[in-house]
Amino acid sequence: MNPKNNTELLHKEYLRSLNREKIWVRFYQILIFIFVFAGWEIASKLRWIDPLIFSSPSKVWALFIDKIQDGSLLFDLSFTLSETILGFILGTILGTLLAALLWWSPMLSKILDPYLVVLNSMPKVALGPILIVALGPSFTSIVAMGTIISVIITTIVVYTSFRELDPNYIKVLQTFGGTRYQIFKEAILPSSFPVIISTLKVNVGLSWVGVIVGEFLVASKGLGYMIIYGFQVFNFTLVMLSLLVIAVLATIMYQLVELLEKKLIKNN
Amino acid sequence: MEFLKVDDVYHTYFTKKSAVTALSNITLDVAEGEFVSFLGPSGCGKTTLLSIIAGLITPTSGTAQLEGKKVGTIDNEIGYMLQQDYLFPWKTIEENILLGLKISHNLKKDKIDYARNLLEQIGLKNVDSLFPKQLSGGMRQRVALVRTLATEPKLLMLDEPFSALDYQTKLNLEDLVSNTLKAFNKTAILVTHDIGEAIAMSDRVFLFSPSPGHIHKTFHIPKELRELTPFQARNHESYSTIFQTIWKELESIEPEEQY
Repeated sequence: MNPKNNTELLHKEYLRSLNREKIWVRFYQILIFIFVFAGWEIASKLRWIDPLIFSSPSKVWALFIDKIQDGSLLFDLSFTLSETILGFILGTILGTLLAALLWWSPMLSKILDPYLVVLNSMPKVALGPILIVALGPSFTSIVAMGTIISVIITTIVVYTSFRELDPNYIKVLQTFGGTRYQIFKEAILPSSFPVIISTLKVNVGLSWVGVIVGEFLVASKGLGYMIIYGFQVFNFTLVMLSLLVIAVLATIMYQLVELLEKKLIKNN
Repeated sequence: MEFLKVDDVYHTYFTKKSAVTALSNITLDVAEGEFVSFLGPSGCGKTTLLSIIAGLITPTSGTAQLEGKKVGTIDNEIGYMLQQDYLFPWKTIEENILLGLKISHNLKKDKIDYARNLLEQIGLKNVDSLFPKQLSGGMRQRVALVRTLATEPKLLMLDEPFSALDYQTKLNLEDLVSNTLKAFNKTAILVTHDIGEAIAMSDRVFLFSPSPGHIHKTFHIPKELRELTPFQARNHESYSTIFQTIWKELESIEPEEQY
């Protein structure tokens, strides 16, 4: 056989095997999904688990349709989603700005170092009651919860990344007469984009925690309120519905961040 | 008046535990268009001296003057090439070569064309929109040379620019850099620990010895070698004579190594 043809054949075979693997992965993913939900439904129907506590997919689905039709789900959902997105963006931006400030002034970073350590190790959700008293039981205080939960860790991670840049890149700019601002803009900040993106990914999860806990405390509307209300009236179908909606929304946000990553980091 | 004049420079690094004198009593001058090398074992302050001449650090005492003015006071006077290319990986080749012009707010049409031309002259066509990691080590170092030359510096500093490359690429680049610098009549200082490279490329070689770093001896490269390209110079008969001389001198300052 002609060796060239042979290579082509082997390449096709290789692509086919890649494709086959992909199909199997997808297959098992779907299988797990079906298995979990079917198992849940059956276990609930046959009363292996208490349907009052664990509800069942069919009940959750029925409630979902119900709440879509009367518009109340969309109302709660949009409330919580806007809080989370705001908290998550504010947390990342403020954290990065703070990191830039620390990089700008080494003196300031030395002074603030112990405070950052303390603030970082403190459980931020414990600040909830204070925030609610200070800012009122409203949208603002819940956004604040979503923000403070991620801002300190963002500051620390991004600042570390700022300092890890090979100093020779800075030397290159200095030999061109670069100012500190130019060094920041041309080297420090772009070199940290991958790290900032990965803190964004972490912050998606963190902001959800902050916002949901915030809604627990304020308890007037939103998906977090749905959970705490369902818990109080022992309506666990409502709790499950809220959890599933949160899971879907958090996943979508994560995917959007990945999309942003592909846009922003061109040299990959 | 000399082009570059370094006068009685001392430099000491301070740490919590100690004060290390990196340079002592350095006095030298370089004429315009001359190519000189700083040769010596590692830790003898060559790079420190380069940083002082580049105006990146201020010496503990003494002065460095370029055309009678203190270094670091005028823009675009020096270009600095490092051991590795240090091209910014998130910038395209074009953005990389224009970086110096951007930093000095000099992005004018003629300057941009000059940089683009330079890139072509140096044998890199159609790479403008690529990213550094798509190029080989030798190509990247050539891009770094273009980036350095794009601002039209008066004085070029080469801090072991070929040491991270394979031997063949290194020989090719030596010729390329030497020819380019001669064509533009640039003054250059090369830091190296490769005796052959120093001889093949320079007009004069300053041999440094360590602790504290000072100029041990100065060698004038014979005229017949200076007129040749680095590659041809390596094959010339007087090359091995001067190589032996410098080699012996270097052995006398380096402590005997145990094998």
